[in-house]
Amino acid sequence: MIELYLSLPIWVQASLKGLIAIGLIIPIAGACSLAERKISAWIQGRPGPNRARAWGLGYIPILGPILQRLGVFHLMADGAKFVFKEDVVPGHVNKFYYYLAPLVALVPSLCTIVVVPFGAYFDAATETLKPLILADVDVGILAVFAIGSLSVYSLILAGWASNSKYPFLGGVRASAQLISYELSMTLSVIPVFLWVNAPGPEATLSLFAVVESQSQPGFWGGMWFVFLMPLCAFVFLVSLFAETNRQPFDMPESEADLVGGFHTEYGEFKWSIFFVAEYAHMTIGSGVFVLLFLGGWNPLPWVPLEPLIAGLPVWLGGLIGASVFLGKTFFFIFLFMWVRWTLPRFRYDQVMKLGWQKLLPIAIANVIFYALAIALIERA
Amino acid sequence: MATEFNVPDTAAKTAKAASQEFETEKMSLAMGPSHPSTHGVLRLQLELDGETVTHCDPVLGYLHRGDEKIAENMTYNQFVPYTDRLDYLAPLANNAAYAAAVEKLANLEVPARVQAIRVITSEMARVSSHLMGLGAYGIDVGAWSVFLYSFTEREKLYTLFEELTGARFTTSYSRIGGVARDVPEGWTDRVLAFCDQFPPILDEILKLLTRNKIFMDRTVDVGVITAKDAVAYGLSGPNLRGSGVKSDLRKDRPYWGYDQYEFEVPVGSKGDCYDRYLCRGEEMKQSIRIIRQAIAKFPAGDYYAKDAVRIFAPKKDKVLTSMEELINNFMIVTEGPQMPAGEVYFEAENPKGTLGFFIVSKGGGVPWRLKIRGPSFCNLSILPKVCQDELVSDVVSILGSLDFVMGECDR
Repeated sequence: MIELYLSLPIWVQASLKGLIAIGLIIPIAGACSLAERKISAWIQGRPGPNRARAWGLGYIPILGPILQRLGVFHLMADGAKFVFKEDVVPGHVNKFYYYLAPLVALVPSLCTIVVVPFGAYFDAATETLKPLILADVDVGILAVFAIGSLSVYSLILAGWASNSKYPFLGGVRASAQLISYELSMTLSVIPVFLWVNAPGPEATLSLFAVVESQSQPGFWGGMWFVFLMPLCAFVFLVSLFAETNRQPFDMPESEADLVGGFHTEYGEFKWSIFFVAEYAHMTIGSGVFVLLFLGGWNPLPWVPLEPLIAGLPVWLGGLIGASVFLGKTFFFIFLFMWVRWTLPRFRYDQVMKLGWQKLLPIAIANVIFYALAIALIERA
Repeated sequence: MATEFNVPDTAAKTAKAASQEFETEKMSLAMGPSHPSTHGVLRLQLELDGETVTHCDPVLGYLHRGDEKIAENMTYNQFVPYTDRLDYLAPLANNAAYAAAVEKLANLEVPARVQAIRVITSEMARVSSHLMGLGAYGIDVGAWSVFLYSFTEREKLYTLFEELTGARFTTSYSRIGGVARDVPEGWTDRVLAFCDQFPPILDEILKLLTRNKIFMDRTVDVGVITAKDAVAYGLSGPNLRGSGVKSDLRKDRPYWGYDQYEFEVPVGSKGDCYDRYLCRGEEMKQSIRIIRQAIAKFPAGDYYAKDAVRIFAPKKDKVLTSMEELINNFMIVTEGPQMPAGEVYFEAENPKGTLGFFIVSKGGGVPWRLKIRGPSFCNLSILPKVCQDELVSDVVSILGSLDFVMGECDR
């Protein structure tokens, strides 16, 4: 099996990997929409979706009722509905950009997973930990930011192409908000990479290197960056909420005043693509947060993964690493939903004020502080 | 422009100064009639400069059904179900207010038991209406869970209503000279049980919002209505009291024996959205207090006025056994309850404000003219003034804080 895979041309290997990643992230996004409904129900003290029951699957003795309670069939029915609904395009829209917008939303969030490692395995040949990653490039985090920030165009395009007032307001809000929070987000990760990279030619921005530096032996080595740089983690997390348009920062689509915001004029499959993209964005954002600040696939602070899986078969070690990482990521997805169903929504100008007047100064002060501190430590 | 408006913050001020330098185009935005935050079918024709509202023009009438004209074509008793549809979130209070207005015309004194039933049901209606208002306000500022929590409590009240009246929503419970049927056995105990379990839950719900930084940012100093304006625009209910005017008909002109119950009238200090929200929260607690007292001294007796022979339809078994009662029943049903000629105005403190009925009668069973003073209509009249120079999102929180119902606004 592995020999066959390795004998394939490199571009076939890459496409296969890409397909697997897409095949993984889209179901996760779908599961997120189900989780959102179930978690909101849980928070609000109601059962949530639990009625639908599919032919065949629903009648399996024990599994069927469990799936029904979980509302899995609602998810399937929802997905099928979006695909098979009539594709209505309002007459007043700019068709080209109207169709383009959902694609622009989905493609960047799928592309970013190329550089995000989602686990690690122990390579017996070199006796080192290797990342489970599609492409371990040195630009790592820069690629995530560069590609991820493209998705703002989808909101702007959707807002403009809809040629309608509420989407227009939503699009304008989206562009201003996302660009403002990108600044603090980028600034908040600089201290992490300052810490990771010793001065020298072999500096790296790879996310794998960040996790590696959180799995060193010793008190400082095994410490997760969330303890070392709590403020960075906080700024990053808040910006992440704003970047993924999650409440309390969901200005572009705040349904109370803008009806649906940028997606008011969208329906059926195109609408659902926006949501798959949002959840994919959320998943990847949480993943990056876990990698940067929560030790990636290391199960506990000061407990690195490497010695735990050194003796195990490759597939088992890889599975453990990936599970630990995904578990932490899912916790953050849960956090996103928890916040959404608890807090009210900011007003648009308050979001901007928070971004420029609070978060950005904190992020800048943070960078200066850690730059000086790291310089002093290295001097000593 | 001659008048200097209150601009919300410095950013908007600079934007305003900039717009005076450069020619900018204003955008007109129709908020409603179908919009998630206009609570029904209100339409606000907004003129926007960026996101700042430069002009707000409420357009009413999308739910106009001609209730006042309908009233002229039917007997007094037949109009009771129509009062359900005024403030459809508190039909019990509307029914009772209407019946009391006609009783005032007939110069009829209802028994103490009827008064107590009306007090209890009106206060329960107030709690249910405020719960709905609170929940909807939660949605307006983005706190969905608040809505579902308060809705759960409201469902419990509706179950009690169902037991009492046979309907959950459109109750049609009051009759002129009494109520449709007596209180079922054990019902008051169940109401007391609700009164026991409700306040802690209410505190919990309010805790989600009251000291929440985001919620306070959204509501404090937003949509300020001064006491003077509130009175000038004819505001009533929690909207008036939120502006610091201590005016409550239950205290000022007690009816149904409200003077024998102890309760406080909460008033706000600033008149912003936050004050109105706080007033509603406190009013619910006071209503629970009133219900407890009313049940504690719940008088025995009849559930209709004995002397209202030509007004209150006789019991079914009497209709079937006695000739006179049969004729009487026939007359009441066909010609309506016989009223003296005259003009009368009665207003009651409803959840949304002062609901008034002005009845002109030329005698007989049909009103010659019935004018309804819907509190929501008067409360909404201040919208153009409050929304001036606020942001679009603020319009949503102002609308929610005014807690209106289009049913009684458009009538």
